Amino acid sequence: MNRATATQSLSVSLTVGAYGLAFGAASVAAGFSVLQSCLISLLTFSGASQFALVGVIGAGGSVVSAVTTASLLGIRNMLYGLRLAPVIKAKGVKKILAAQVTIDESTGVALSQERLGQREMRQGFWLTGVGVYLFWNLFTLVGALSAQAMGNPAAWGLDAAVPAAFLGLLWPRMQNNRDRALAVCAALLALLLTPYVAAGVPIISTAVLAVLFGLRGRR
Amino acid sequence: MSIFWVSLLITSALVFIIRFAGYLVPEKYLTNPTALRINTLIPIALLSALVAVQSFTDKASIIIDQRMAGLGVAVIALLLKAPFPVVVISAAATSAAIFHLG
Repeated sequence: MNRATATQSLSVSLTVGAYGLAFGAASVAAGFSVLQSCLISLLTFSGASQFALVGVIGAGGSVVSAVTTASLLGIRNMLYGLRLAPVIKAKGVKKILAAQVTIDESTGVALSQERLGQREMRQGFWLTGVGVYLFWNLFTLVGALSAQAMGNPAAWGLDAAVPAAFLGLLWPRMQNNRDRALAVCAALLALLLTPYVAAGVPIISTAVLAVLFGLRGRR
Repeated sequence: MSIFWVSLLITSALVFIIRFAGYLVPEKYLTNPTALRINTLIPIALLSALVAVQSFTDKASIIIDQRMAGLGVAVIALLLKAPFPVVVISAAATSAAIFHLG
């Protein structure tokens, strides 16, 4: 066992636990029960998708818009899988487990071990994936139970904590001015549409902006 | 079944199918640079839209309330490179303080 890899995996797992706390609270504030919140974390296990699901449902959106938004946010996990499959070389049940713990963090740690070799990459992947899974689910439960005990979410600032948590997820993704321009345009479009279309639709429709910005960048 | 159970189960199933597909599909099918770029931009658009909707709307109307102050503090915390828990807690504390004063 490479000690540096283990340390990196553990620190990533603990940090992500904090997001789990925010998710559990956000989920209960959106109307999901504690059991449902825990099941979302156990089964979906993808931060941005989970926040989107409870965000859209919490805003009164339909199942279709919630599911579509959450799924679109999950597509990057597929790209991670494509990249990792030749390294992880998992078969059968292990392949299913590998897919389930394929997230930003496990992929990030695995790829950061690239110069050390495939064995270290696999170690980093599994340690981080399983570690994050444990902490994410544990903290989801704690967050959900706390939010349930709180009563009115606004009295505890939970109504602002949820968008702040989204912003925390968004922030590191904005790498250049095009990304920032896209974020501003998406926020404005969603607000402009809000009075006129069903809840959830303003969010999913900003995917069109992402496509437009992505096509334009080719030139 | 309630909207909560239905959305939970469908989302979990789809998110799993999508990520499992990555382990089944040969890598060569997904290397188009435009598709890859769009894939990195989609989370930016959706997350930004979620921030806006959760901060400035209530049902179908746009409103400005204590959440805006909380979000402002979160932006400042992020600009100061504060860790995630600090960002969330400072936003919550600001919003809660204004809620109780208001």
